[in-house]
Amino acid sequence: MSVGLGHYLTVAAILFTTGIFGIFLNRKNVIIILMSVELMLLAVNVNLVAFSAFLGDLTGQVFAMFVLTVAAAEAAIGLAILVVYFRNRGTIEVEDINMMKG
Amino acid sequence: MYVLTIFLPLLGAFVAGMFGRYVGDRGAQYVTCGALIVAGLLSPFILYDVAVLGHTRDVVLTTWIASGDLELSWALRFDSLSAVMVFVVTVISALIHVYSVGYMEHDPHKPRFMAYLSLFTFSMLMLVTADNLIQLFFGWEGVGLCSYLLIGFWYHKPSANDAAIKAFLVNRIGDFGFALGIFGTFLLFQSVSFADVFAAVPGKAGATLHFLSWDFHALTVLCLLLFVGAMGKSAQLGLHTWLPDAMEGPTPVSALIHAATMVTAGVFMVVRLSPMFEYAPAALTVVTVVGASTAFFAATVGLVQNDIKRVIAYSTCSQLGYMFFAAGVSAYGAAMFHLYTHAFFKALLFLGAGSVIHAMAGEQDMRKMGGIWRTVPYTYAVMWIGSLALAGIPFFAGYYSKDTILESAFAAHSGAGLYAYALGTLAAFMTAFYSWRLLLMTFHGRPRADRHTMEHAHESPWVMLIPLFGLATGAAIAGFAGYDAFVGEGRGDFWGKSLLVLGPHDTLEAAHHVALWVKLLPLGLALSGIALAYVMYALKPEWPGLLAARFRGLYLFLLNKWYFDELYWNVLAEPAMRLGRILWKGGDGAIIDGLGPDGIAATTQSLARRAGLLQTGYVYHYAFAMLIGVVLLVTWYLLVRAG
Amino acid sequence: MIVATLAFYVFAAVAVAAGVMVIASRNPVHSVLFLILAFFNAAGLFVLLGAEFLAMILVIVYVGAVAVLFLFVVMMLDINFVALREGFLKYLPVGAAIGLMLLAELVLVAGAWRFAPRAKSVLDAPAPPLDQLSNAQALGRILYTDNLYLFQAAGLVLLVAMIGAIVLTLRERAGVRRQRAGVQLARRREEVIEIRKLPAGGTPSGGTPAGGGGR
Repeated sequence: MSVGLGHYLTVAAILFTTGIFGIFLNRKNVIIILMSVELMLLAVNVNLVAFSAFLGDLTGQVFAMFVLTVAAAEAAIGLAILVVYFRNRGTIEVEDINMMKG
Repeated sequence: MYVLTIFLPLLGAFVAGMFGRYVGDRGAQYVTCGALIVAGLLSPFILYDVAVLGHTRDVVLTTWIASGDLELSWALRFDSLSAVMVFVVTVISALIHVYSVGYMEHDPHKPRFMAYLSLFTFSMLMLVTADNLIQLFFGWEGVGLCSYLLIGFWYHKPSANDAAIKAFLVNRIGDFGFALGIFGTFLLFQSVSFADVFAAVPGKAGATLHFLSWDFHALTVLCLLLFVGAMGKSAQLGLHTWLPDAMEGPTPVSALIHAATMVTAGVFMVVRLSPMFEYAPAALTVVTVVGASTAFFAATVGLVQNDIKRVIAYSTCSQLGYMFFAAGVSAYGAAMFHLYTHAFFKALLFLGAGSVIHAMAGEQDMRKMGGIWRTVPYTYAVMWIGSLALAGIPFFAGYYSKDTILESAFAAHSGAGLYAYALGTLAAFMTAFYSWRLLLMTFHGRPRADRHTMEHAHESPWVMLIPLFGLATGAAIAGFAGYDAFVGEGRGDFWGKSLLVLGPHDTLEAAHHVALWVKLLPLGLALSGIALAYVMYALKPEWPGLLAARFRGLYLFLLNKWYFDELYWNVLAEPAMRLGRILWKGGDGAIIDGLGPDGIAATTQSLARRAGLLQTGYVYHYAFAMLIGVVLLVTWYLLVRAG
Repeated sequence: MIVATLAFYVFAAVAVAAGVMVIASRNPVHSVLFLILAFFNAAGLFVLLGAEFLAMILVIVYVGAVAVLFLFVVMMLDINFVALREGFLKYLPVGAAIGLMLLAELVLVAGAWRFAPRAKSVLDAPAPPLDQLSNAQALGRILYTDNLYLFQAAGLVLLVAMIGAIVLTLRERAGVRRQRAGVQLARRREEVIEIRKLPAGGTPSGGTPAGGGGR
């Protein structure tokens, strides 16, 4: 059976939900959260490029490039924050990040 | 002169009350006594001018209410009736003011006391000189207020506070009836001023009031309602429970308010409204029956009381009953005559009792007195005079007024009149008995007080004795001095238009022509009462104890005032308080507050607490919440928009 | 054709499996490595779609920079192996419900959509046929012309991110010696050199050598 747009979209969907699961099912540490975000962004990229290919529109790929850029920037900043947080708290376990408890 | 007489006491009260701290004790006493003495000296002139010379006058001060149909003004009406009352009130009040200077010597709050006494006097004067029902009600409430203030004068005593509230509450019940009467009067006559109402009464003699699908004879209803007010103020049977407890106040208060003036306001009111009552014979019958029953009831209770002031208090209650049943048989002149003489000798008895209490260093229980007649001779003498007047011994004041009342009752020849005559004569017997019981227990026999009290027993100072002498003079001569004018041949000229007696009702006229035995029976019973008291308390002092033990039930029944207080408490007060508590805790507290402020506040708090659980502080919880939001949004979008 | 289909399924399966392992593995280093694997396979998918430029960019930027950064941080921080906590199961029902719901919706959309009829005619930037331009050239053609502003903005974003990361994590350490070039260059001869006359062949007349070593 030839691979159609739907297949790509399905793959992207599964990757996306995997990333979402990673955000709130993880009990280990914060880095997993950041990695899950990267997974989600990757899924979005797959989606964009798939559409771009099947529509024949390059805008999708340009958009995917920008997503890539922003993802990189965000990963850098996120990790910087994580490092500083670790310096101050000494731990990056998820359960200890509750100072905003109201 | 007229306005001055009425307002001088107010001025005295104001100065003593507001500036008592600055003028000092002596200053307050001088101002109030001075004001009252001046008023008391002016009042005979007023009496002469108005009653003897017949110059009735109305002094209009200012307009009070002008609202639609209701128009009244502050005005002073001086006719024979009010002139007599002004005379009685000012003279006795002046004597009692002077007496209080001595009696309250050791009290730290003299200015307040004098101010209250003067304020009371002013209110009473406003009451008697009112020319409309509302002004009368103003005075009525004013004396009620002053009664409360004065009964509870020693406010540190809980019993005094309770008594003051009791007096005010019971009065209030009467006032409710009075207010309804005033409303009814306005409804029927479109006016509340006496002149208008009295002029219109004959025309409305047959009018009916329609209420709740029944028709009532209007004037009867009105007079009965107004009489309820009189019952409260004058402590008639049913609304009498406050009077004995009012003895918690200082003795001058008991003398002024609960003997001479305030309690007579009810009698005054009925007599003042005689033009109305004359056209409501059913109401008059009720008045007669109530008055007679009160006279009898109070006398029975007074037989066994042990507190000297309570005996005199029940005596007052009983004598007021006399006044009322006199009014009930249309002998208004006799009622006023008795009011006038009674004021003198009852105030005398109270002040004399005060003198005794002063001598015995505060002791009021007669069982702890005895044997002091040589120690306090003046007090002893005036108490004799007062008791002779009360018992109705000839030549003394009470004989003239009381016997006239009894003769009028008999002469009425109605069922109610004869009932009143019977009870009245029995009460006369009992009155004489308990008066001499009081004299013998207090002054004679072996001293029953402890040695220390007996050693310090002393006669009162002159400032207390002079008023006693003044009152004694009144008790002695007021009777035969006023007989002719009040109830005798000159009564028509004397009273003039101030009270109305319809022809067929003129019992006073008939009273002068009754059989001899009717006139002599009360005297005979009085003398036998004195004799019996002498036997039981001087010759055979063990008899009272034996009788009380033998008839224990009856004794307790009388001692406990026929259990009226217990009856009222159990039937009225306790259920009312229970209902109030239920409405307060259950109704107001649980339902209204629960659903309203408290409930909403509590619900808000619990909701907020539960909502606060969302703020866990964990970022991934927040991320999860965001995700749930996104999912819901998408779901909604799918179902609603794209479906 | 069959190779393409097979390649697709292989890439897709591995990518999904790697993604699951990212969040499921106990060792955080393993997680990062699995992430790298997922990126590689995604790049493969891109190649299959004909976006080879993007695929290479993915490898260079994502794997080469971002994933390595992750690895650096994982190594730097003191992260313990964590045993799977009990609390995991507490959220599983709700989380699973939400996730599955989301997945179902996505699949629903994926299965039930269709292109609008006019879609093919309103393309924003139609891709030229591959025999005329390669993917990179085509991309470059529109990136530097129509989307220039966005391109420059992206660069600015990266600049800000770089500065931000430095600002966040820089800390002054006491006792660290570093060069201050400006001060060094501004040093004058008079401050640092002193000429002393020494007697020949004798002991130096009690003077300390001039401040030689410098500061």
